[in-house]
Amino acid sequence: MLTPDATIRFQDVEQVFMSSDGTAVQALANVNFSIARHEFVAVIGPSGCGKSTLLRIIAGLVRPTRGSVQIYGLPVTEPREEIGIVFQRPTLLPWLNILDNVTFPMRHKYGRVTAQETERARELLALTRLEEFAAKRPDELSGGMQQRVGIARALLHDPDILLMDEPFSALDALTRDEMSFELLRIWTEKPKTVLFITHSIPEALLLADRILVMSARPGAVREIIDVGLPRPRTLDTLSEKRFNELANHIRSQVFSRPVAA
Amino acid sequence: MNSQTTSAARSSAAPLQPELTKRKLLVLAWLDRLAPVLAALAVIGVWELICRVFALPNYLLPSPSAIVTSAFALDPGIWLTHTWATLRVSLGGYALAIIIAIPLAVLLANSRLMSRTLYPMLVVIQSTPIVGVAPIIVVLMGAGEMPRIFITFLITFFPIVVSTVTGLMSTPEELKELSRSLGASKAREIRNIQLPFAVPYIFSALRISITLAIIGAVVAEFVAAEKGLGFFIAFSTSFLRIPQAFAALIVLVTLSLLLFQVIALVQRWLFPWSLPKESR
Repeated sequence: MLTPDATIRFQDVEQVFMSSDGTAVQALANVNFSIARHEFVAVIGPSGCGKSTLLRIIAGLVRPTRGSVQIYGLPVTEPREEIGIVFQRPTLLPWLNILDNVTFPMRHKYGRVTAQETERARELLALTRLEEFAAKRPDELSGGMQQRVGIARALLHDPDILLMDEPFSALDALTRDEMSFELLRIWTEKPKTVLFITHSIPEALLLADRILVMSARPGAVREIIDVGLPRPRTLDTLSEKRFNELANHIRSQVFSRPVAA
Repeated sequence: MNSQTTSAARSSAAPLQPELTKRKLLVLAWLDRLAPVLAALAVIGVWELICRVFALPNYLLPSPSAIVTSAFALDPGIWLTHTWATLRVSLGGYALAIIIAIPLAVLLANSRLMSRTLYPMLVVIQSTPIVGVAPIIVVLMGAGEMPRIFITFLITFFPIVVSTVTGLMSTPEELKELSRSLGASKAREIRNIQLPFAVPYIFSALRISITLAIIGAVVAEFVAAEKGLGFFIAFSTSFLRIPQAFAALIVLVTLSLLLFQVIALVQRWLFPWSLPKESR
């Protein structure tokens, strides 16, 4: 499981937060796993299982209480260049048009945007099928389109690693399926190491190579599932026998009581 | 068929007489647009009527016509002097409030220590009746424009602080994380993300505060001044020139409304995105 050439590696990671009433809350306990280069890994689990904490630790936004997290063999001590983040809400800047929203990270970090970066932003808008909306404002776009802008923004600096925190959970069911296939298409065109947090079992099965099933209080990895469904995945994947078997298995894992420690 | 369905959709009444309905709707639309003006004219008319029918003396309640007459009886230069004095104090205090309130709000929104220590003090200052403090300020700061500007500042700055803090705090947590994940400095986060997010909040406070600035200036002029519309009202009433005082009041209201509109226009020119979609 712990391959030496892993892109992301968690070793005995433990995370304890102080809650506002002064008690210690264990968010993650004894988390071990690694993700290979260009692998698509989904994380699924009940609310409060520390999925978001997991993502924020990789992003360098939260330091783990114990254990180590490595990216390309180097411990994560601060946010790193090779990471792009897509959030649950698109959180675009309402005062910028779509193109400027995509280039915002560069403008924000360096104070200016080069011609190449603008060119790249246009390519990404084409990749996310938004090129004719470049001059529009965020509130003129639908929720799904806004989230695609969020993806384009995360891809601007061509990160090796894409962290996605329930990116489609705020969308309606139809848009959600459409977005999953869009993401697969983008990922096929521009392979990346993806960590995708979700509440949806079908979404995880449709997208991922492997699925981390987590249990709550404290958050821990309960099982790592090799999806093994053939790619490219299409609507037909949803009706495959293995798809349903895995879905039932994960459901039973998520809903069963945590194993007594 | 098509026109029939549209007129039927626009009015549930009398679908057999579409022409009449259309005219009726047009009249209703005009009435709707003119309603505020008509209502105001009606109030002024009733006011004039009451004054004439009951032959009320001017020192009790001057009629609208008496107010207008007294306004034009006075040298326009005098009006200009007093209006200009009030405008200077209002805008001076208002500008001072903006210059101090917005950086203070940035500090409060980004530092727990600052908000824990400074916020209670601000609430105490805000809870102090400004009319009661005004004479003390005049004694402390002496004659001249400074105490008046300071009194105006005191009354205007609190709404700006509170609203700006709320706006800064409304910045989505994800964008702060995005900023941190890019390794951008806190100063950049405040300038590029937090402050723009606070713009709608800042402007709603600026609109409230500009009318408060006029109030502040008038209060200050009541206490100690030799010019300004507040002084002029106090002066006129002490000689029972009530129509003149009313005229000054109307100038004040007009000034207040004008400045309010100017702030709204500035927002529309500089930050159209910060307005609700339908009012852009």
